[in-house]
Amino acid sequence: MNSSPLRSAASNCAQVLPLERLPASAYLQAFRGILYRELLRFVHQRSRFFSSLIRPLVWLAVFAAGFRAALGISIIEPYQTYITYEVYIAPGLVAMVLLFNAMQSSLSMVYDREMGGMRVLLMSPLPRSYLLLCKLLASALVSVPQVYAFLAVAWWFGVEPPPMGYLWLLPAILSSALLLGALGLFISTFIKQLENFAGVMNFVIFPMFFISSALYPLWKMQEASELLYALCRYNPFSHCVELIRFALYERFNVDAALVVGGCLLLFVALAVIAFDPQRGLMRAKRG
Amino acid sequence: MNAFDPSAMVNDPPLLRVDGLSFRYGPDTPTDALGSVDFSLHAGRFHALLGPNGAGKSTLFGLISRLLRIQQGDIRLNGLSLKQAPARVLQGIGMVFQQSTLDLDLSVEDNLHYHASLHGLGGKHRIARIETELSRVELLNRRGDKVRKLNGGHRRRVEIARALLHQPQLLLLDEASVGLDSHTRTQINRHIRRLCRDQGVGVLWATHLIEEIQSGDPVTLLHRGRVIANADAEQICRETRCGTLLQAFETLTSESPLDQGLVRPQGLQP
Repeated sequence: MNSSPLRSAASNCAQVLPLERLPASAYLQAFRGILYRELLRFVHQRSRFFSSLIRPLVWLAVFAAGFRAALGISIIEPYQTYITYEVYIAPGLVAMVLLFNAMQSSLSMVYDREMGGMRVLLMSPLPRSYLLLCKLLASALVSVPQVYAFLAVAWWFGVEPPPMGYLWLLPAILSSALLLGALGLFISTFIKQLENFAGVMNFVIFPMFFISSALYPLWKMQEASELLYALCRYNPFSHCVELIRFALYERFNVDAALVVGGCLLLFVALAVIAFDPQRGLMRAKRG
Repeated sequence: MNAFDPSAMVNDPPLLRVDGLSFRYGPDTPTDALGSVDFSLHAGRFHALLGPNGAGKSTLFGLISRLLRIQQGDIRLNGLSLKQAPARVLQGIGMVFQQSTLDLDLSVEDNLHYHASLHGLGGKHRIARIETELSRVELLNRRGDKVRKLNGGHRRRVEIARALLHQPQLLLLDEASVGLDSHTRTQINRHIRRLCRDQGVGVLWATHLIEEIQSGDPVTLLHRGRVIANADAEQICRETRCGTLLQAFETLTSESPLDQGLVRPQGLQP
């Protein structure tokens, strides 16, 4: 029945008979593919780019302008003189860009899981933990041009860090973006349906942003409430903001870097452990 | 009843072997989604996995493609255990899902590039493979179009091209013809049969449409998570003394196949 011409045709698939281990270059190809897809999706979603730019600019132009008169900022590190509120708030808004991008990326993971796109990723012979890390890194890299675009416009609002500060900023925003992306990914593993995502994000994005040093210095928080101050200090987002603030002025904040590094490792590990593609399928079948 | 195993007719070791596969969706579910499923599939064969909705076809595909974890039993591709060497087994499998998994906002070519990169293909080889598979499904001229612009039949063809990019030995198609008109269904069915014949790819074609199965095709008949027949379509009919596979199914299950959504012959309302 299975004639010899058939078998000889089968043996023509010499590249896959027998199955061989993937070469190391396959890992690089996969990362390039994932990064390219993230970039394409970002480019195609122009509204995403503009909203990522407009959101912090509105804060800078409207919120900061109003608060400038009400809030005095004393000389605090890393600044060497009095600064305007716009200058103070800029690193927090950079972190805000990263936070929203990370949550958008988590949302796309939930969307892919719901719509089936995730299955394409999971059918890859490469380790799933590696693929997740690629997704995280690709998403972090996509946030880089958004941050620099925001800072370019912020220049007109008086946010004028030293030129080398922009270079110092790069590792700070990458590590912060990875940390926030890993946190978003970890949270997304517990979201059952796409519709629930917005609600969950409201309980993550807003508290993370407001209970941090993004909008007010920590000493101001301490004046207002010891509890708020403690929450701000233990909020990893505060450390992202401070890492960015110091980097922008060519300074390295060791404490912030240690916290961001530690939390990055923790959340990546949690996201990889919690990520279970079977869970969605099981839930769908059980109804 | 376990009828004849088509593998008995072939001397070569099977390409795919499913041994004692059982699966349950959580402890709170009353029955197994799959219970002790055994069958094998050979290279170059169009093997039909026939069963009504809810028979366990998608669960079986989920296990073979490692989207679900094996609880009991094993799956082997070319003798390699999926449990022991998952990465190497996945290298040899291409899959077309029941639900479209193409990125609608990307072009046909970008979708294929993405898949190829996930399988480690790069450079000129990747480009050549994309051209080969797109020309095979006659969509080379639509390579730059966004998937959103394609009709259902074309999207399916892109998915088939995508599943073959990394030159798998086994192609899994989970109800790939669902939602397509009969002309497109026939075209896709013919294309897949040509792949078996010309490329030696083993195909596992899950369907609930009996008209897609030819008399000489090996058929695994799945019902309520269990294999109730495993033989050529013709042999199943002979064994059950039925004129058609549809009647054979009725005999084997003692249930009306129409009631179970197994077939929806054209012009006949369920």
